[in-house]
Amino acid sequence: MARVLVGVKRVIDYAVKIRVKPDKSGVVTEGVKHSMNPFDEIAVEEAVRMKEKKLATEVIAVSCGPTQAQETLRTALAMGVDKAIHVEVTGKDLDTLQPIHVSKILAKLAQDEKADLVIVGKQAIDDDCNQTAQMTAALLDWPQGTFASKIEKGDGILTIVREIDGGLETVKVKTPAVLSADLRLNEPRYATLPNIMKAKKKPLKKLTPKDLGVEIKAHQEVVSVEDPPVRQAGSIVPDVDTLAAKLKEGGFA
Amino acid sequence: MQRIYSSSLQKINQISQKCWKSTSTRVELTQVRYPKLKRGNYSVISDKHISTFEKIIPGRVLTSATDDLESFNTDWLRTARGNSSVVLKPKSTEEVSEILKFCNQERLAVCPQGGNTGLVAGSVPVFDEVILNLSLMRKIESIDTASGVIVCEAGCILEELDNVLREKDLMMPLDLGAKGSCQIGGNVSTNAGGLRLLRYGSMHANTLGLIAVKADGTVVDALNCLKKDNTGYALHHLFVGSEGTLGVVTKVAIQCPRVPQAVSLMFLGLSDFASVMETTQRAKGFLGEILSSCELMDLECADAVVQNMKLKLPLERMPFYMLLETSGSNAAHDEEKLNAFLEAVMNQGLVMDGTVITEPSRLKAVWHLRECIAEALLRDGYVYKYDVTLPAQKFYDLVPFFNDKLKEAGALRCCAFGHLGDGNVHFNVTSTEFSYKLLGLIEPSIYEWTSKHRGSISAEHGIGLKKRDFLKFSKTAEAIEMMRDIKQVMDPNGILNPYKVLPAI
Repeated sequence: MARVLVGVKRVIDYAVKIRVKPDKSGVVTEGVKHSMNPFDEIAVEEAVRMKEKKLATEVIAVSCGPTQAQETLRTALAMGVDKAIHVEVTGKDLDTLQPIHVSKILAKLAQDEKADLVIVGKQAIDDDCNQTAQMTAALLDWPQGTFASKIEKGDGILTIVREIDGGLETVKVKTPAVLSADLRLNEPRYATLPNIMKAKKKPLKKLTPKDLGVEIKAHQEVVSVEDPPVRQAGSIVPDVDTLAAKLKEGGFA
Repeated sequence: MQRIYSSSLQKINQISQKCWKSTSTRVELTQVRYPKLKRGNYSVISDKHISTFEKIIPGRVLTSATDDLESFNTDWLRTARGNSSVVLKPKSTEEVSEILKFCNQERLAVCPQGGNTGLVAGSVPVFDEVILNLSLMRKIESIDTASGVIVCEAGCILEELDNVLREKDLMMPLDLGAKGSCQIGGNVSTNAGGLRLLRYGSMHANTLGLIAVKADGTVVDALNCLKKDNTGYALHHLFVGSEGTLGVVTKVAIQCPRVPQAVSLMFLGLSDFASVMETTQRAKGFLGEILSSCELMDLECADAVVQNMKLKLPLERMPFYMLLETSGSNAAHDEEKLNAFLEAVMNQGLVMDGTVITEPSRLKAVWHLRECIAEALLRDGYVYKYDVTLPAQKFYDLVPFFNDKLKEAGALRCCAFGHLGDGNVHFNVTSTEFSYKLLGLIEPSIYEWTSKHRGSISAEHGIGLKKRDFLKFSKTAEAIEMMRDIKQVMDPNGILNPYKVLPAI
């Protein structure tokens, strides 16, 4: 039976208004409300459901980040995950942290924890990279099922329905495999009180990237972060003919 | 190009027809549904009147000859429809003053209107009153971050004001489900309550001052922005809650609190009302100073939200749900207080299940479950809506009192939700369409019951048209007489929002 490793990331909550730092080096994160990446929530939910259906024996959540990443892990534990691993990354390393490093960390942990399945959200809502699942699979030399909107377990294989631009694609992958969760895979549960209480007693292990033999080396440099251009105001036209003329002018008709 | 344009117009028409289908059945005219109402001795609108209005507010006079006035004439709850043929949209206090001066001279009845989200048919005409709509008066004059005072025009939408204030770390002191449409002038004129009255107080408390125009056009400048000002009678309080019958509010000064650093929301499931009461007491004890909202919804309300709004609840189906919100200045401190409270109520078996939310995205989603109950019930067809204040233990008693008899008579749902912390319950009954029989079974019985238990027949919704005949259940004859005296002084010709608030003589 499967041991599932789930990667979760702590990101700025999507309902918060993002502010760019005056020096354009990034966005303001101090004192801003964070929460679990929505796609990662879906990944956690899927893993917990597998355990409830007895398709998995143990679910382990992993998060790379500062101390506050433990809050995100506690949420995962409250949703039904069995144990959590916090890979502590702070300061300059945190600024440098990229999917390539996270993938190396997840790959090492997948081996150490003898995972049969690695599930992550398809992308994080702060960087929109959509790389971690793919790179983790490559490092492990495992098959991948990305943008999963449906996962069915067979005998030693998984049937994945993927959301792609043209519609839906069904693939079969042999386990062990790496999957990434898309929006329509499931609707995550709310963590309820008895589980929130239980989560406090569940094991949370702390490691560093060094413990896993991973060096957080910079491969790229963020040059600047800027606001998108301000949306131009529309104009009200007096009648339909003027509207038709303007549309023609703009090349829309 | 022409062909493409007209075929997409067709598509738009088709879509809007589909949307309107469920609501396209016109609401019955108020004067037809309530035949006992008699039109007052007011003038009838003439072309001469229209041209004078055009001179005062050029381009902003809507008439039934050229415009569709149905939405101005119909209330949000779809229970009342007036027959006005004129809608005026002034942009300044001066224009409102000129309009009212003229209407007073001509003895034209006027119905002041803001966002038209009122629930007692107070913001729509009964007959052909001229609708004075303040939606174009949307200027924010000033925000003083030191004192937290905002000065703005009456037509500003509540949610928009809150958004602007949040950029300066301030927030509006009130919050209600209608925030996307309701206007501050209306909130002040109805002394609106809402979800956070428990913490931040009523509009009486938060309206420092205002500018209102009397029936004869006189502008009353009571726009004080100071926290403390004891200089004679507090004139602005006269207008707060008078529902447009003593004057038209055009500008307000509101005291705004700071945005809290830490907000948490608990959504709890309970098995019986006794547990709800006990849990409320515990909440006041453990959370006291950080409690910012204490709301209740019963299972029928939750079912309506799930069925009619296609939403999901965080918990399984349970007889009662409570929403407890805390707002504080330190997340860690609040978390400690919350944990102590939750451990206590869980261990004592008061709460069956629950969830705690702190993420902004989730907070909005869960609050929405409570805020959309009114709309969810409306989708059943017709809602008989009541809003009473009762002693704490009696908060839920109306439901068992009425449930069986109303369901037998054809009611779909008989439920209650509301501001548990304030003792203010919203008792609602729904049916597929309006029924005199059901109405007769509820009124005046509900008001008699409320009066007997020393409650208020209208906690926050006001009197409007719908409750004027029942005012006696909460006010003595002498009090009503005094209200008439004041009305006579302020509006001798009775042109401001007639047929509302005061009972027919």
